Amino acid sequence: MGYTLNFNLIWRHFDKLSGGLLLSLELAVISIAIGIVIGLVLAVWYVSAGRVVRGVIAAYVEFIRNVPLILLVYLVFYGLPTVVDIAYSAQTSFVATLALYSGAYLVEVFRSGLEAVPRGQIDAGKAIGLTPWQRLIHVRLPTMMRITLPALSNTFISLFKDTSVASVISVPELTYGAQWINFNTFRIVEVYLVVTAMYLLTGYALLFALRLVERWYRTAR
Amino acid sequence: MLGKIAYALPFLAQGFALTLWVSLLVVVLSLIAGIILGVGLVYGPAPLRWAVRIFSDTIRGIPILVLIFFVYYGLPAVGVHLQSFWAAVLALTLFKTAQVVEYLRGAVASIPKGQSEAAMAIGLTFRQRLAYVIFPQAFRRFLPPWINGVTDAVKGSALVSLLGITDLMQAINQVIGRTYEAMPLYILGALLYFAVNYALSLASRRLEQRFAFIRE
Repeated sequence: MGYTLNFNLIWRHFDKLSGGLLLSLELAVISIAIGIVIGLVLAVWYVSAGRVVRGVIAAYVEFIRNVPLILLVYLVFYGLPTVVDIAYSAQTSFVATLALYSGAYLVEVFRSGLEAVPRGQIDAGKAIGLTPWQRLIHVRLPTMMRITLPALSNTFISLFKDTSVASVISVPELTYGAQWINFNTFRIVEVYLVVTAMYLLTGYALLFALRLVERWYRTAR
Repeated sequence: MLGKIAYALPFLAQGFALTLWVSLLVVVLSLIAGIILGVGLVYGPAPLRWAVRIFSDTIRGIPILVLIFFVYYGLPAVGVHLQSFWAAVLALTLFKTAQVVEYLRGAVASIPKGQSEAAMAIGLTFRQRLAYVIFPQAFRRFLPPWINGVTDAVKGSALVSLLGITDLMQAINQVIGRTYEAMPLYILGALLYFAVNYALSLASRRLEQRFAFIRE
């Protein structure tokens, strides 16, 4: 209704968006890298642990999965420094939050992957005299990785989208860049159209690339 | 500290009620819209299928936060004026609708082809096939993930606090602004969200186990 699209101002401030997109990707990559470590350690621990440890790990997983990410982001950035004497930048705080967040989802992914490793493979490992540690490294984890790779890709793409929540603590990622242009130029429809396209293209490009990796990984063995 | 928080409890309760109200609206509206679009995606003519597919893939491909800002700031720019509450409900409903569409598609696709062929063979019309053969079976596949997905609506509703709507998240931030008791209040808020969502995910798991015994 009388709204004329004008993208000039968007292109003039496009560095806010391109830089933001790179930061979003960076946040997602660092977070999932830490999250994978958390997820792997806890999943391996979970499947061999007693009741108490299982209970604690399950509590962590269920807590994170059932609380909004934005609340966790606030809690770590505004809440935690009031009770423990630490100082960190918004960016560090967000990465820590997203790592813990992805860790909780990945524990579940890896745990079900470990449980799906065929019994026969583990027995075969035993039969050729592998120690439990060798069985884990050479038998269980590689098979688990192949089973969980698609779920891992999906988690990564959804984390990439979740990085938008970093804008609430002023981390200058893509959504923050969108808001900046929104408030400073009022080219509202244009900026969100462009940002939507950027999220979509990046997301689907990632999906495509990760599916290629999965296929390569399946045939390489 | 406890006194200050106790004083704020009625205010927090109002915020919590608003969170539940937004979630409920979103869940009901998206269920209706999602079923209509989902049936369109599975059985509709090609242009409709394409339209629903593009809608669903676009919505699921962008962050909910971007969707919320787009609707909230974008609609007034093109001359559509909604109260911020309804803009938030609309944005979350769009997001949830895309999910419901996919749950429905998955549930219907899991019903063996033979079922609808058999229904056709005994002369049931399209509507009868859906009502008596496909939907009753697909329902069992649809319900557990859908209930689990309600938690996404509850969690997503926390983002409407950014539009100045006093939901639980916003109420907590406001009380912290006045009392400086950040940690206890964030934990209280987390526990409230947890209570709602955990109950939903338990219900989902129960149903899934129960329906797992019924095989086609």
